[in-house]
Amino acid sequence: MNQNGPHTTALGGEPGFVVQLDAYSGPLDLLMHLLREEQIDIADIPIARIADQFLGAIHLLGLNQAADYLDMAGRLLRLKAQMLLPRRLDDDTWEDPRHELVRRLLEYQQIREIVTWMERAVDRRASQYVRGYLPPPPELPPPPLTLDLIEMLSAVERVIAAIPSPMFHRVVPRPLDVEGATARLEALLADNEEFGWLQALGPRPTITDVLSTFIALLELARRGRLNLVQSAPFAPMVIRRESTHPAD
Amino acid sequence: MNPLTQLIEAALFSAARPLTVEELQTLEQDASLSDVRQALDQLRERYDFNQHGVEVVELAGGFQIVTRPHFAAALERAQFTVRTPKLTGAAMETLAVIAYRQPVGRAEIEEIRGVNAAGVLRTLQERDLIEVVGRGEELGRPLLYGTTNLFLELLGLKELGELPRAEELTIALHPHVPEEPAEGEAAAYVESES
Repeated sequence: MNQNGPHTTALGGEPGFVVQLDAYSGPLDLLMHLLREEQIDIADIPIARIADQFLGAIHLLGLNQAADYLDMAGRLLRLKAQMLLPRRLDDDTWEDPRHELVRRLLEYQQIREIVTWMERAVDRRASQYVRGYLPPPPELPPPPLTLDLIEMLSAVERVIAAIPSPMFHRVVPRPLDVEGATARLEALLADNEEFGWLQALGPRPTITDVLSTFIALLELARRGRLNLVQSAPFAPMVIRRESTHPAD
Repeated sequence: MNPLTQLIEAALFSAARPLTVEELQTLEQDASLSDVRQALDQLRERYDFNQHGVEVVELAGGFQIVTRPHFAAALERAQFTVRTPKLTGAAMETLAVIAYRQPVGRAEIEEIRGVNAAGVLRTLQERDLIEVVGRGEELGRPLLYGTTNLFLELLGLKELGELPRAEELTIALHPHVPEEPAEGEAAAYVESES
């Protein structure tokens, strides 16, 4: 437990109480502490006094929310009542209603003793290092969410911002100038018996120019105005005037 | 040092966990278990006699080469190593109950400690210090927990029997005295005191 645990918020900023809460690992621990403080013999607990002190302590410590402590407080109050009206077991002995509580306290005391022993063992062991061995870090459970609405919304915004926005491609119609290309090719045909593809394209052609010229070439070839010749696959294309048609 | 001792030294040096005598025996098919034990003894004596900075320790059923405790502070200061964070008091209490009462269910742990144990049990399970070893016969067939080898490693113990003995305690250590109900013992103790 640390001081930033859920109790800090529950107590509305009274950190002193949180430290106190962490000092006890449970109601039995708190009870043992009270008994030690008062130097009370565990076999003869003045229940009325201890019950009152326990209630006072959990009130003081701000433990009111802790169900485990309230459970013990309830048991103590019941014991307090039972002490006033003990049951007779037989002629000589009376039932001691504290019996069960004492048994639990002794049991718990034993556990504390063992814990002390174990802590010493852990400490001893922790000072013996293994060669370059880093134990895998424990998988910690996710911390409890302590977000307010604003933080939550800003977190949502950060998440959304990280999502790549959809890309819109604008499709621009590029008008092909087949007429212009045809005119240029016819002018070339008039002057040249044959010429190369690059020459047909002219200087610094755009992609539209290339397409326009290519379509114009095919169209003129279809009309029988020129021949398209390649000496080999992928060889440069040569454009040749169709001899049966005189140049315009 | 004989070749087997050298081989075992190499194995312990290279391994990231304690190796058992049986595992070490697989290194050399001609070696018997007692050969391996002898070699381990020889290695341990060698480290002690020559005052090496490391020693061979037996824990969690196996053997491991570790640095000697009195160098820990220097190693930590130089940040060659980092001390693992301590477990909380609640976690240690829960481990103690499980170690002595295993196999033990959540209800019994909560009865002894007087607090809800669900969160602590989950954390201990995630850290591999306890595991589910079965289910109880009671209503709802509750999960029963036991400690793991990693628990022994955490405490540097060879076996559970190295924990303080049952006779020294008012609660019973299950693996050794299963027939004696712990509550009877505690009650007897109360009567003799009062």
